[in-house]
Amino acid sequence: MTFTSFLQDKRLTILLSGEIDHHSARETMEAVSEKIRVYLPRYCELDFGAVTFMDSSGIALVIHTLRAMNELGGKLRLTSVPPQPRKVLLASGIQNLVALSQERSPA
Amino acid sequence: MKHENEAVIRFPSLSRNEAFARSVTAAFAAQMDPTVDELNDVKTAVSEAVTNAIVHAYPDRVGPVTLRLRRLDDNILEVTVKDLGCGIEDVAQARQPMFTTGGADRSGMGLTIMESFMNALSIRSRPGRGTTVRMKKKLVGRGDPDCKPRS
Ligand SMILES: Nc1ncnc2c1ncn2[C@@H]1O[C@H](COP(=O)(O)OP(=O)(O)OP(=O)(O)O)[C@@H](O)[C@H]1O
Ligand SMILES: [Mg+2]
Repeated sequence: MTFTSFLQDKRLTILLSGEIDHHSARETMEAVSEKIRVYLPRYCELDFGAVTFMDSSGIALVIHTLRAMNELGGKLRLTSVPPQPRKVLLASGIQNLVALSQERSPA
Repeated sequence: MKHENEAVIRFPSLSRNEAFARSVTAAFAAQMDPTVDELNDVKTAVSEAVTNAIVHAYPDRVGPVTLRLRRLDDNILEVTVKDLGCGIEDVAQARQPMFTTGGADRSGMGLTIMESFMNALSIRSRPGRGTTVRMKKKLVGRGDPDCKPRS
């Protein structure tokens, strides 16, 4: 699991990549929280484009991020979600709480 | 029951073995000519079961986890994940979506995912003795007409 992020106009984009499981999720969760704490973004986008595998540990990561953004009164989007992570996310019903799309967000 | 192939792997409950268990399972299942989606479902279910053994069964020690893979008749893959950890007091409750004893780091969806991504899930558990999770999935496969009978 590697991690890249950039900020533009209060929009924080986090590019997740590799495998998200219990082994990798904790570190990622802390890194995401840290970015949100430092940048106080209005929008946060978790880009799943380069995620090759995700299990329920990724659901906890999304819920954690959603909480942090709700506390700031900001919005979260999940973008470029490939089929395997998508199926796991849909099983959790998270699409009722957060926007999820297969596409890249418009630049 | 006759089984055509079988592999048994035992490893300590270290979190880096989650990825190892997925890879081994995918390599075993590859002989059964699964689709990409079927392979992903199986990998996801194995990841959930092995993670539970690592996180819940042995919360503060390292213990043995046994992964058994069997190919049964009708191209059914059987996956068994066994631990000798703390066990589950109330299995019916554990199987409820969102039930977790894992706090904010866990979502309580693992058993629900195993159940919906596989065709069958059975759990045997005894408090203080351990848990065995057995899952089955029929791999319908790619249905490739050129695919030769496997030997
Ligand atoms: N092998 C096991 N040993 C002991 N307890 C277990 C085991 N597997 C599951 N449990 C119990 O069942 C509960 C539900 O498990 P489940 O996998 O559905 O959710 P979770 O592991 O808590 O969260 P998630 O899988 O979403 O990360 C766990 O919180 C734990 O209390
Ligand atoms: Mg679990």
